[in-house]
This record gives sequence, structure tokens and C-alpha cells, in this order.
Amino acid sequence: MEKRVTFKGWLLPLILLTPQIIVSAVFFFYPAGQAVWQSLFIPDPFGLRSQFVGLGNFEYLLGDPYYRASFVTTAIFSILVTVVSMGMALWLALLADRLIKGSGVYRTLLIWPYAVAPAVAGVLWLFMFNTRVGVVSWYLGLLGYDWNHVLNGSEAMGLVVVASSWGRISYNFLFFLAGLQAIPRSVIEAAAIDGAHFWTRFRTIVFPLLSPTTFFLLVVNVVYAFFETFGVIHTITGGGPQQSTTILVYKVFSDGFVGQDLGSSAAQSVILLFVVGILTVVQFKFIERRVHY
Amino acid sequence: MATIKLDNIHKSFGKTKVIHGVSIDVKEGEFIVIVGPSGCGKSTLLRMVAGLETVSEGEIRIDDRRVNEAEPMDRDIAMVFQNYALYPHMSVFDNMAYGLKIARLPRAEIEDRVATAAKMLQLEPYLARKPRELSGGQRQRVAMGRAIVRKPAAFLFDEPLSNLDAKLRVQMRLEIKALQKELGITSLYVTHDQIEAMTLADRMIVMNAGRADQIGAPLEVYANPQTAFVAGFIGSPATNFLPGADLGVQAQSLAVRPEHMELAAPGKGRIDATLTFAEALGAETLLHFRLASGDVVTTRQDGTAPVPAPGSTAGLNWSEDHQILFDGNGMRLPAG
Ligand SMILES: Nc1ncnc2c1ncn2[C@@H]1O[C@H](COP(=O)(O)OP(=O)(O)OP(=O)(O)O)[C@@H](O)[C@H]1O
Ligand SMILES: [Mg+2]
Repeated sequence: MEKRVTFKGWLLPLILLTPQIIVSAVFFFYPAGQAVWQSLFIPDPFGLRSQFVGLGNFEYLLGDPYYRASFVTTAIFSILVTVVSMGMALWLALLADRLIKGSGVYRTLLIWPYAVAPAVAGVLWLFMFNTRVGVVSWYLGLLGYDWNHVLNGSEAMGLVVVASSWGRISYNFLFFLAGLQAIPRSVIEAAAIDGAHFWTRFRTIVFPLLSPTTFFLLVVNVVYAFFETFGVIHTITGGGPQQSTTILVYKVFSDGFVGQDLGSSAAQSVILLFVVGILTVVQFKFIERRVHY
Repeated sequence: MATIKLDNIHKSFGKTKVIHGVSIDVKEGEFIVIVGPSGCGKSTLLRMVAGLETVSEGEIRIDDRRVNEAEPMDRDIAMVFQNYALYPHMSVFDNMAYGLKIARLPRAEIEDRVATAAKMLQLEPYLARKPRELSGGQRQRVAMGRAIVRKPAAFLFDEPLSNLDAKLRVQMRLEIKALQKELGITSLYVTHDQIEAMTLADRMIVMNAGRADQIGAPLEVYANPQTAFVAGFIGSPATNFLPGADLGVQAQSLAVRPEHMELAAPGKGRIDATLTFAEALGAETLLHFRLASGDVVTTRQDGTAPVPAPGSTAGLNWSEDHQILFDGNGMRLPAG
């Protein structure tokens, strides 16, 4: 049975909705509208006047090899962050699920990284991998490996991926553990009696039954990698070296605020807005209908 | 087909002991029912045989091979769970075929075995469905089918019928009995329902707080309970316990089944009692009396026999052959 509250007039619902509408208008619709508007202009070299160019900014962007490279960078970065954070989380959740004693302590400790702000996490990892004074790079040096993410693009990418995934593992872990614990024990036991060893059980029973959780996390983590990793990238690499860690969101910032090309930056925001829209549709289409089996 | 031997099995969870030494020799093809009240350790005992719990002490042998350390999959047993434990994302066919696929049987053989089992269990129209599209009774059959197709040495059942309604339970009970007789597979069957135990068992184990109070054929256990617990647990309505002191016997209590009680005129029986109420069930009538000591006594008589008025006093009588004496610890005393 659906429970519905019905109002008599229009006034009360309107009053109740007003704060949300104002917040959305001021912080979402207005800036979004402004971005769309600005994306149609280019400012003159002195920033005194702007000239209307229609879809010129978009045309220019799609033809720009740097922008297209940023798309590829974003794709690589998002896939790596999603795979690393979800893979680690699933592995830890499997271990925690088998644990009977002390699982509470284990769980609490694993949740902590989630409480660390991305920028702070970025600084932590930056210290550890600092080319001159970092602990990890010092040990790598002992092993004969010369770590230098300031010059090496792949190493820079690796570092921002690790730093971005780290806090995320906690979040994914909680969902995976809840998903695992929702699988009835007797189903696993029945499979064991039917002859399935651990990995067979995982492949044929556990993973399929976990698929709604996995799919939900997939979307959530992609969104995270796309939009919420700004702090990590800004503190660790600043998008470099040679733009090798400039993901789309970072490029909006560096082109707009650093490069002062507001028209292009606005156009990039509008493109990202579309990406968010698509991801949201995917999320609603598949996740609202949770039952996959 | 196999023998199962339990030799002085103990089980503790940490410091709590739940099974205190159970032994039984199960013969090939025998149907053993483990019956007892909730929490007495029936499931734990069965799960130790399945290999889902470790054995704290004692030895389990299946077909004369020690299996204490063997994994569940290496014991050649099949189990039917109370909640059926079907694989929710697989069709009925895949549920039944799962174990066979893992055993890498040829495709034709798998299809053949599943088809035979489906026919036996009237599941043929449902092979393509998912478990959630089946009724409780059909799910129960799928769980049975999954056990049958593997042709195991033994079946283990943990209260397989307790989630079904009363009518379906009677029907499935008969089907399980028929199937087991047809296949001749050694079975251990856990239930807390004494009617299931009486009707299904070749022999039953009556468990009480982690001990096997009595092991024997159902009618033997019914007629000759070895402890007051068994006398009280088996039989419905329950056995009457009368205070030994009031009847001049050297025993703590004296047990008489309701059907062995006869009514007599007040003062003409062994003891007088007041009728509190009568339950007419059609074929029979149950009369509930209260003794001067406060104990409650139930008698069972033919539905056509006259019923005394509630509140009236009557004498109760029974033959000495039908009374069983128990000492203060609930252990049976020799008659006399
Ligand atoms: N994993 C466990 N850890 C600790 N104690 C347990 C565990 N499993 C069972 N027990 C205890 O062991 C005792 C026997 O449990 P068991 O499940 O065997 O009872 P049962 O006879 O099957 O009861 P029911 O008819 O309710 O299913 C209970 O007191 C229970 O609390
Ligand atoms: Mg049980």
C-alpha cells in the first residue's frame, strides 16, 4: 500500500517547497543558465567585452586535440579508479564476511578513510610519494626504482588513481559487505554441499547475487571519478605533467580560472552537464528497478 | 546407500555445550527422524553430519569412513534446508543441475537425471521458472529434486516441511516417505513435529537438551518411554503425569496416556477429579480434569460416549499395565 499525504490548498505545499526551490535556483539553475549563456560568447583579449559566437566554442572544443585527449584521460582515470576501488573493496568485504570474531573492529577501521576529505587525502599521498622526502619513493629508490611523478605522466596517473581510490574503498566496502550479508547462509551451504569450492561459489552464486550492488556502485563510482576527484588532482599533480592527469572537470577549472578562457570553460561545463544527465538516466533506468534475478 | 555411524558426538560453541554425547548406528536405507523441542540441538547434530559444523568430540563415519575432517562436498550427502536454499538467480532446471555440472557429468546424463527427477516430483511444467515464481510446495519439491539428482549416499533433511501449510505438509510427508522407500536412500530427518516423527521414522531419536533420551521404533518409543521427557513429548494430547505420593506408589510421578484413562463413579476410581471442560472433536472427545493436587489430567473417549457436566466430580481408573513410573530425575522405574 502506498501512503500518500494530501494537502487541501496550495499555500502550505508551496511554503514547504520554497526553501528547496530557492536553493536549487540560486546554486544550480542560475549558474547552469549562466554557463549555457557564457558558452555562446568569447571574451576579447582584454576581457572588457565579449563577442557572440553561437556554437563556436563547442565546435572549437570538439576539434581541439587537447580537449579530446582530456576525454581519453578521463576515461582511463575513471576506469582505473572504479576498478581499483571496487576490486579492493570487494576483496576486503569477502574477507570480512568470513570473519566471525572482531569483524566490528575491522569494519570500523575500514570506514575511517571515507571521513578524510579528498584534498587532505591528496596531500597525504603526496607526502608519501614526494620525490625528495617521501617514504615510499625513498624505499622505491632503495629498490633501484627512480620514482618521479612530477616528470613521468604514467606515474602521476598512478598516484592520483591510488589517492582517489583509497577513500572510496571504504564506501564500496560497506555496500559490498551489506550485499554479501544479505545472501542467505544456507544458499552458500547448499552450494558447498553440491560440490562447489570457494571460487566456484563466488563465480556462480555470490557474484551474480551481488550484481545489483555491483551495478549501483559502478555508476556511483564513475560519477565520483568524473566529478569529485578535483581536490586530489589539484593537490597532487595540478593536472600535469603535460596535462597527463587533466580530467574534464580539471580542465574546466584550468581553462576558465587559470587560462581565463571563460567561453570555452563554460562550454566544457555544458558538455559535462550532458554527461551527468546521461549517467543520471542510466542510474534511474537500471537502479530503480533493483531486482535482477 | 550408506551406513552412518555417530560415536559419542559432542559439540560446543565456545564455552556453551549444546550436544552432550549422541551415538547411533544407522543401517543402510534406514529412515531416522531426529525429534525434539526447539533449541535441543537437532539442527546442530545434522549439520555436523553434513560437514557444516565441526565436531568437538567423537567420530562420524559414513560408509565406515571417518568424515570428521572431510569437507561437505566430499561426504556424498545431499541436504534439504528449512528455507529450501534454492539459488534465486537460476531456473528450476539449473538449480537441480548445479551439482551435476560441477561434477562435470555429460550434458545428456544431466538432462536425463533432471528429467527423471522432475517427472517424479511433478515439476516438469516449471523447469524454466525461477524459484520466486513458484509456490512454497513447488519450491520444496525443487529442493528435493536437487537432492535426488545427485544420487547421494544419504539424505539430510532439516525441517523441510515446516514452512508449508497444514494440508500440504501432510501431502508432502507422504510423498517424502514414498520417495525414500522407492529410492532406498539412508536418511536423517530433523523435525520438532512428533506426528511427522511417528509417521516417517523407521527409528527415531528423541532429543532433550543435547542428549538422545531414547532411540527406537516410533511405536516402541510411544509404548515404552524411557524418560518422563519422552513420555510427555511423544503423543498428542500429552501423557498425564500424576503425583506418585497421592496414589501410594514409590515414585515421583506416574504416567498414563489419555486413551488409557477410564471414567468411574466418584470415589470408585483410583483418584477423584473435577471436570473443567470438554472438547468434542467429533470422532473423539477430550475431557480435561483437575486433581485435588492441582495437576491437570486429560482423558480421551469415543465421540458417542456420554460427557459428564463441567464442574462435576468423577473417578479416574486405568489398568496397571498402562501406568509407567518415573523417579525424581525423570528416569523410568521398573513396574511394581
Ligand atoms: N553458531 C552458534 N553459536 C552459538 N550457539 C549456537 C550456534 N548455533 C546453535 N547454537 C545453540 O545451540 C543450541 C541448539 O541449536 P539448534 O539450532 O541445533 O537447535 P534445534 O534443535 O535445531 O532448534 P529448532 O527446532 O529451533 O531449529 C541452541 O541453544 C542454540 O542457541
Ligand atoms: Mg533447527
